[in-house]
Amino acid sequence: MTPGEPLLRWDWILDHLGEIGERLSQHLLLTLLAVGIGALLSFGLSIWTLRRPGAYAPVTWIAGVLYTIPSLALFALLVPITGLSVLTAEIGLVSYTLLILIRAIVGGVRGVPADVREAAEGLGYTGRQSLWQIELPLALPVIVAGVRIAVVTTIGLVTVTALIGQGGLGYFILQGIQRFFSTALIVGAVLSVALAVLADAALVLLQRRLTPWLRTGR
Amino acid sequence: MQFVASVVGWLTDPTHWQGIDGIPNRVGEHLWLSGLSVLLATLLAALPGVWLGHRGRGEFLAINVTNLGRALPSMALLAFALPVSIALGLGLGFWPTLFAVVPLGIPPILTNSYTAVRGVDRDVVEAARGMGLSEWQVLGAIELPIALPLILAGVRNATVAIIATATLGALVAGGGLGRYIVDGLALQDYQRLCVGALLVALLAILAEVAFGALERATAMPDARGATARARPATP
Repeated sequence: MTPGEPLLRWDWILDHLGEIGERLSQHLLLTLLAVGIGALLSFGLSIWTLRRPGAYAPVTWIAGVLYTIPSLALFALLVPITGLSVLTAEIGLVSYTLLILIRAIVGGVRGVPADVREAAEGLGYTGRQSLWQIELPLALPVIVAGVRIAVVTTIGLVTVTALIGQGGLGYFILQGIQRFFSTALIVGAVLSVALAVLADAALVLLQRRLTPWLRTGR
Repeated sequence: MQFVASVVGWLTDPTHWQGIDGIPNRVGEHLWLSGLSVLLATLLAALPGVWLGHRGRGEFLAINVTNLGRALPSMALLAFALPVSIALGLGLGFWPTLFAVVPLGIPPILTNSYTAVRGVDRDVVEAARGMGLSEWQVLGAIELPIALPLILAGVRNATVAIIATATLGALVAGGGLGRYIVDGLALQDYQRLCVGALLVALLAILAEVAFGALERATAMPDARGATARARPATP
């Protein structure tokens, strides 16, 4: 972008391999933490709403409002309270996973055919046993599909947290924009996209391992 | 409490309601950029989506473009849009932001348009053809009205994402409400920061509510409503 400067300076990349690795692992850590906490919260809320169907509408309404608030606005609103910290980033990131994950878990379990549920009941399964041993395993493909969306979305949102002093690979994008340095910009953007694609592919493989019964006939 | 009072104080200060950095101008800039981007994204995505859905072709592309869109983080889009805009001689601010947010709006509109038109009951479409409607009439009089609420749902998702991401335009010297957030962070002026964040959140929620109302208004009467009205005619 600066005249005479090549679009990609390989010497800069080689000099900064250590830092690139650090930012990459920070990016992954922020993502895993957010999706992990988000999954625990969503799982608890989903089990609760499956027992009390009346709670589903208000829970998804609140999660929906959180999801609609623009990410940068949510991070900015938290800064006066929790500062430029990992906590600020994680509160925002976790709140974006809730709607995606709750919809996937509840939708997956509700999508289990009624005759399967009745068969389990007929075999003497209690409601709890049926949920854990029959319905949740059968809902796995839908749940994993939700986890994939949550992971890919979170990897993208982590880059935005560069503005509140976190950011993982987003740090390079911000540096690139602020200093008109295309190499850092491209390194940050390309690696964050690559990370999202790889994480998505890894989850597809994981789902195949977890649901061997879906593989027959292929 | 003291902080809330200071935010209200900032908001009610008349000097913050005039000039280039005033609230009306920043809201106007944000709406202008977002509105134009939604319009462009709709033109670029709804036309191919509706056509592919009508012909029943390109399902793989129409469905998977959304997943691809999710993998492209908004910061990365801005990062790619900036050199493009500079290379085209369009400079900083408005154009790189536009280039960054339009691609963000395309996937949800394309996928929803395709799914909406494709999902129209084939029996209804065949009946219309059997009554002698031309392909264009089938599309315009049958498929589009039935598909409209779902297409609008795609436009709604795109609009919310675009309003949210237009905020990042402030990073490349753009206007809009992102100015308050980026400047507020830089100056540690938390009142400014909060007002910017609240206004963006408000715009996004208003867009969501407005499109929700539009979707309900364009929805076809449901099966029960239709039969209830049809019943008196049947013996």
